[in-house]
Amino acid sequence: MIRLEKRQQPSRAWSLATPLVAVMATMVMGGLLFAALGKPPIEAIRTIFWEPLFGEFSFYYRPQLLIKGAPLVLIAIGLSLGFKAGIWNIGAEGQYIIGALSGAGVGLAFYPLEAWYVFPLMVLVGALGGWLWAMIPAVLKTKFDTNEILVSLMLVYVAEQLLASMSLGLLKNPQGYGFPGSRNLQQYDSAHNAELIAGTGLHLGVVAALIAVIFAYILLNRHMLGFHIRLTGQAPRAARFAGVNPTRLVLFCLGMSGALAGLAGLFEVSGPAGVVSIDFNVGYGFTAIIVAFLGRLHPVGILLAGALMALTYIGGDIAQSKLGLPSAAIQVFQGMLLFFLLAFDLLTNFRIRFGTPETA
Amino acid sequence: MTEPLLSLTGVTKAYPGVVANDKVSLVIQPGEVHALLGENGAGKSTLVKMIYGLVKPDSGDIRLNGAPFKPAEPRQARADGIAMVFQHFSLFDALSVAENIALGMENPPKMRDLAKRIRSVSETYGLPLDPARTVGDLSAGERQRVEIIRCLLQEPKLLIMDEPTSVLTPQEVEILFETLRKLRSEGTSILYISHKLEEIRALCDASTILRLGKNVGSCIPAETSARDMAELMVGSALKTPERRTRDFGPEALRVHNLSAAAPAEFGTALKNIQFSLRKGEILGIGGVAGNGQDELLAVLSGEMTTDPNSVQLDGAPIGDLGPTKRRALAVLSAPEERLGHAAAPDMSLTENAMLTGAVRENLAAGGFLKWSAARGFAERVIKEFDVRTPGTENTARSLSGGNLQKFVIGREVLQRPEILVVNQPTWGVDAAAAAAIRQALLDLAAEGTAILCISQDLDELMEISDAFAALNEGRLSAPRPTAGLDVEEIGLMMGGSHGMDVAHV
Repeated sequence: MIRLEKRQQPSRAWSLATPLVAVMATMVMGGLLFAALGKPPIEAIRTIFWEPLFGEFSFYYRPQLLIKGAPLVLIAIGLSLGFKAGIWNIGAEGQYIIGALSGAGVGLAFYPLEAWYVFPLMVLVGALGGWLWAMIPAVLKTKFDTNEILVSLMLVYVAEQLLASMSLGLLKNPQGYGFPGSRNLQQYDSAHNAELIAGTGLHLGVVAALIAVIFAYILLNRHMLGFHIRLTGQAPRAARFAGVNPTRLVLFCLGMSGALAGLAGLFEVSGPAGVVSIDFNVGYGFTAIIVAFLGRLHPVGILLAGALMALTYIGGDIAQSKLGLPSAAIQVFQGMLLFFLLAFDLLTNFRIRFGTPETA
Repeated sequence: MTEPLLSLTGVTKAYPGVVANDKVSLVIQPGEVHALLGENGAGKSTLVKMIYGLVKPDSGDIRLNGAPFKPAEPRQARADGIAMVFQHFSLFDALSVAENIALGMENPPKMRDLAKRIRSVSETYGLPLDPARTVGDLSAGERQRVEIIRCLLQEPKLLIMDEPTSVLTPQEVEILFETLRKLRSEGTSILYISHKLEEIRALCDASTILRLGKNVGSCIPAETSARDMAELMVGSALKTPERRTRDFGPEALRVHNLSAAAPAEFGTALKNIQFSLRKGEILGIGGVAGNGQDELLAVLSGEMTTDPNSVQLDGAPIGDLGPTKRRALAVLSAPEERLGHAAAPDMSLTENAMLTGAVRENLAAGGFLKWSAARGFAERVIKEFDVRTPGTENTARSLSGGNLQKFVIGREVLQRPEILVVNQPTWGVDAAAAAAIRQALLDLAAEGTAILCISQDLDELMEISDAFAALNEGRLSAPRPTAGLDVEEIGLMMGGSHGMDVAHV
């Protein structure tokens, strides 16, 4: 018989080892899955994890890693602050869209003026847009005690409608021959979030993501506000006793995650995407929830998790085209990773005992 | 000599890192009230869990009526005539008394028959209880009756009771004792676990004393003084807290017409509370649990805010200030619930020192935390209050109840409070730690701190407080000097007979 026994102290070793063990287990089980589908398992795993980094076309895939990873990390950092305090912003996708729309809107309003202040203004308004969109569930929660999960999630669909309306109407490119979508910001120098070093994928969004990681780390470990966030998540009554104002905390956490999601949207629309279009959003806001948990809500963990997630996306795409793996198999593979992580996470707080069962 | 009902010989049970029971022996005769005594962590719970089939012993011999007895689960123990009333009730608030009792039965009879049986048992044993009432509306004492009747319906040969009087008023304790004596006269044995030595002396025929998982003695409680029993439990001479006579200073805290709505569904609203507290004075507040104790602490700590003038510190209104601002004014508090309220269970002691110490111990500068200072503060608390722990980086939940309580109280005491509010300062704490905590409170009062001590332990309140008042359904009786109060009067104050103390004076 196997049974679980609660540890007196959470195991530090296991909390560090869990992600590695989970990735290993995913490789093994994923390999079996691919073998069952009649594909060469080792080749498939190698394609997913090795090809994007060191393969023949890695010069193309490596920048993609940064481009895909940066918004994930930026959004996930914001979400993790709220998640740590038990405040569940599920609507980062919506905040991402609104951030992109408002930032791009500012840029397009200035077109074709070339001035140094256009891009900083876009960044500011992008963050503000995401912040405002997140303030809706925040204010409703603090004033009327509504559920922020539902409100923020439903606002994603409102934001998507708004995106469609904008790309077909107000922000549509007047010189676009009637096609939906805005002017391409990549062709408007003052508004273009260009690569800082050509060919590397390193744009300002990547820098912002790194800054967010550092900022979150300092906030959580060295600042009273971060301490209060952790305290609220772990023991809400103790937090009240310590003097935490729950209303202020809800406003801060939702606002912060909204602003970061808005920033991610702005950097995406003014850089890699370039255009406000109906299908501009690709689910970063939702995937970031997985990234936040995969990184166990720790800033450095999120950085690694964002990189890993980006890797499996890109590697998965390659495996699809190269080995003809069905996309569903790739999704199962990514799902496995999450499940294994959560399963092995148990070992941080529990130890496994073999022997006769007994109740304590 | 008759054959014992239950005998345990050389029973051992080890958990990783600790031997909970080391060759413990215990013999219970038929029709005997047997006390199981010991400090927290002495192994009492483990021992009764083995008898009740919740835990399996590693080795040793348990015999019931002379036959080997190895219950694999509580159901089997119940079938063999062993029943247990736990300290924490497991009842559903939304269901009726009869429904709750039916839920715990193997083959519940029809509701009407069950109600009839409940009535007859409750009448036989002097435990008035209406089977149709909803449990959510019952007092703690009545809830306990539900649990006891649930056990009695099984017609047990052995009834195990874990700290049964902690939720009762003195009058209710008397009723319970009558019931237990009646059960004894009918031949039922009772294994009675308690800290309260005077109760044991009044009720029990024999006792077994455990210390650190081992038998350390047995005695006839009626023939042994409470002090001797306490010293057997602790293993050393007990220090009674010293109480110096002191003069009180001017009024420090005034609570005036304080009313507050219940913060939660099953909370208690505070109604028109009035009292004042002078520097150096200890006001003890008694009352049965759930009558507004948590809420009273919350309005004083600042967790619940009220009209500014309802709470006044040295004449200045503070009723609308939150916990952080009150700490800055040296109004400190230590709530009852150690894990989750006074301390965050999964955080280290350093982090828990930061939790309340940040303001007064300068553990933060401009919002940035000074962890080394917090560690230093935690170390000071650990050292001065003799908290047994490997170090400051251990989590709060890894400490035993008594040690964590010493940490929680010490954390506030070392911050030089002007006003200190404590709720159940020695709840579930062993005798030595309790004595240390009470001494610390007395010493603090001697230095001029005004202390409000909310407690359900009347002996504690009589021992340390200068004045006594009781909370009942959110109302506070008028405080009266402790000297000269007798248990009868206190019981009446707790029972809500506010008019009665006028009649007594």
